[in-house]
Amino acid sequence: MSGIPLAAALAPAHQQYLLQARQMQALSFAVHIPLVAFGISFPVLVLFVEWLGRRTGDEVYLVLARRWSKVMLALFGVGVITGTVLSFEMGLLWPNFTATFGSVFGLGFAIEGFSFFLEAIFIGIYVYGWDRLSPRLHMLSAVPIVIAGVTGSLMVISVNAWMNHPGGFELHDGKVTDVDPFKALFANTYLWHELVHMYIAGYIVVGFLLAGVYAYGRLRGRWGRYERVALAVPLTVAALASPVQVLVGDWAARDVAKSQPVKLAAIEGLYRTTRGASEHVLGWYTDDQVKYGIAIPHLLSLLSFHSWNAKVQGLQSVPPSQRPPVNVVRIAFQTMVGIGTLFALLGIFYVVVWIRRRELPRSRWFYRALVLAGPLSVVALIAGWVVTEVGRQPWVVYRVMPTAAAVTGAKGIPVGYALLAGGYALIACGLVWVLRRLARAPLDQPYDVASEMAQEA
Amino acid sequence: MLLQALPMVFVLTGLALYTVLSGADFGAGFWQLLAGRGPRGERLREYAHHAMGPVWEANHVWLIFVLTVFWTAYPTAFGSIMTTLAIPLFIALGGVVFRGAAYAFRPGASTAREAGAVDTIFAGSSILAPFALGCAAGAIATGRVPVGNAAGAPVASWLNPSSVTIGVLAVVSSAYVAAVFLAADAAREGERELGAELRLRALGAGVVGGVVAIGAIFVLDADSHALYRSLVSARALPAVAVSVLAGAATLWLVWRRRFEPARFLAALAVAATIAGWALARWPTILPGLTVDEAAAGHDTLVWVVVSVLAGAVVLFPSLGLLFGLTLRGRFHEPAGAQPAGAGAQGRAPLRTRLGARAALALLIAGIGLLNVAEASWAHAVGIVCLAGFVLSGFRLIMFGMLGVDACERDDTVQQLPQARG
Repeated sequence: MSGIPLAAALAPAHQQYLLQARQMQALSFAVHIPLVAFGISFPVLVLFVEWLGRRTGDEVYLVLARRWSKVMLALFGVGVITGTVLSFEMGLLWPNFTATFGSVFGLGFAIEGFSFFLEAIFIGIYVYGWDRLSPRLHMLSAVPIVIAGVTGSLMVISVNAWMNHPGGFELHDGKVTDVDPFKALFANTYLWHELVHMYIAGYIVVGFLLAGVYAYGRLRGRWGRYERVALAVPLTVAALASPVQVLVGDWAARDVAKSQPVKLAAIEGLYRTTRGASEHVLGWYTDDQVKYGIAIPHLLSLLSFHSWNAKVQGLQSVPPSQRPPVNVVRIAFQTMVGIGTLFALLGIFYVVVWIRRRELPRSRWFYRALVLAGPLSVVALIAGWVVTEVGRQPWVVYRVMPTAAAVTGAKGIPVGYALLAGGYALIACGLVWVLRRLARAPLDQPYDVASEMAQEA
Repeated sequence: MLLQALPMVFVLTGLALYTVLSGADFGAGFWQLLAGRGPRGERLREYAHHAMGPVWEANHVWLIFVLTVFWTAYPTAFGSIMTTLAIPLFIALGGVVFRGAAYAFRPGASTAREAGAVDTIFAGSSILAPFALGCAAGAIATGRVPVGNAAGAPVASWLNPSSVTIGVLAVVSSAYVAAVFLAADAAREGERELGAELRLRALGAGVVGGVVAIGAIFVLDADSHALYRSLVSARALPAVAVSVLAGAATLWLVWRRRFEPARFLAALAVAATIAGWALARWPTILPGLTVDEAAAGHDTLVWVVVSVLAGAVVLFPSLGLLFGLTLRGRFHEPAGAQPAGAGAQGRAPLRTRLGARAALALLIAGIGLLNVAEASWAHAVGIVCLAGFVLSGFRLIMFGMLGVDACERDDTVQQLPQARG
């Protein structure tokens, strides 16, 4: 690693297991981020269904909202766990990052802590308050959860946007001075596309995952009114959000082209700085070029800069040690875009069927596609974050601090990594178990330990 | 200076709240582990779970609060602590993870026996976490964490007589606080038998805690004389005395079955211990590093103080609401009179071609402003247009599908009458 540490509060340590530390962080993140998607959008869906129920007096909606709220609580609980892991890792794995720049970006997490608090408090009130609060109060208690979902993601993404596009501080002899946290976090042009892209992703992931569950049920013959409502609500959200996400993605890519040209070059596998650059679909980056890909002339210049012959900066413009691993970033990007495009088509199909026939699609293939769309949405979500985070490498703070300078000097990273992976595997099994159990409980009698105990006593 | 010290006051307040509230939670896990077999054990486990269920997430978020404020306001100290104490903190993290898993997975249990199994599998973490956190606190208090990237001893810093004693004390005091809290709960619920059991456990833990605390005095005197001296200094002694008196008074109140005041005194005892530690070492955080030296720049501190105070204005009433509902037992009430839904009839939704055209117009405007235009303001308006498109489209489709009771066909949720024209 030849990158010079430009800033470091603690002495940078030699860490034999830097790659493992990065993988451990990536694992923790990949586990946490789908739960964040649920934190963003699930409360809104649950609240909407409850509102439908209160409005129409129809029990189906209330039963659905009640069952979903239990799932929401279980997922939030796991999210608290995985979120705690992430905040520990900020110090356990990257102490020099927090020690050097904690004063710049830390505020975002401190405010996010409050959002997390409100979410935890009101999710408790909402889920345990179903029969204990008046309908109006009960619905009101979900509003802070919805708001906290927005502010929480705003705060975390403001930190990520700062890491990608740092500002709001000065460097003097490796020391951070003149810190302006507000400017660093919220006056950052890079923040907005990331926030919107992630926020919409939250709805797409949850929409397709939920729809996929009920689509699977339909293929196996479970298709009552309850299931149809449970499928239609999340599916409608995802179907409308998916085409919009393609548009937002285009906006995001243009911002990346402007602020992080090297990341764009890695995404596209562009070695030489080129005018009128072609876009390559599929293929493999090797020997400074994309092989086996389909080249579309001028498209990259057109998409990135809205100009036929715009100059696009290549990887060549920086030394090899400052380039991210091209194929990882590129394949992740193509995965995300490919899945996103399929989703947009699926969404348009759904909307067109609705406009023409005023009904849900009948084709079994549509429902098979939905079953697949659930897991694929998570893949796309993680792939998107791989593009952002691996594409930023070798920097933890873009062009200011290399990741290698941020890492801990403590021993035993592989042990921690193995333990964490094992723990997460256990929790994943537990989560599958609990969700299956919740799904299997009879519709009219939501299982409740308290009532069971009361009967036994 | 005040500005440099204020975030540390927040951190310590958060730490005290975490120690009391999550201590009660870990302690509840401790008693679940020791509840034994049979229906009595099941009952105790069940009770501990239900008392903590609605509040455990909020309790654990205090830890995240402490971490984030600490690394924002005192970044170097944070980095030094996290690297030297990586092992105990990782163990504590594991404890937090598995404790949380018990809550997350319990709804999947369909019999009391299964629920008990879930509790027992994960309850070991309830001992591990407070022990490891106590050891880490002991390492910091006894000055064994130097400034630097993993500069201290990775094991000896926290596995030494003083730190281990503090770790044990953390486990015992968690169990004590939990037993007092649960006994108070049970008394209020009129669960006499359970209350009596918990009272005995509280008394037992209290006595053990007292013995460990007295033992700790001798251990600290021998092993970490500097900390011992500063704890009995004029500055820290009042807090230490409050802690001892409150702890003893709690024991007496539990003996007299006055659980409500007992739980506040138990919390006070724990909080006073942390205050005593802070006063004893003030203004030193780590050897050679004072609060002022460790603090971040002026603007950051102002932002931290402002946002914590602003957050507190929202947070404390919300916490008050949650604990009010839990402590008043609102969440324990049998599911009784459930108010029926409001209006029986859904209003006929507004679905006109106009609505569809508006949605389409928003979509086209959004594309133009976000994907063709270059200016930032245009992007912002474009996003608003696209959000409007999703919302209006959702409204049209959803209300079309669900809004009106009508003939149901196979593949529709509810077929609606034609709205066209």
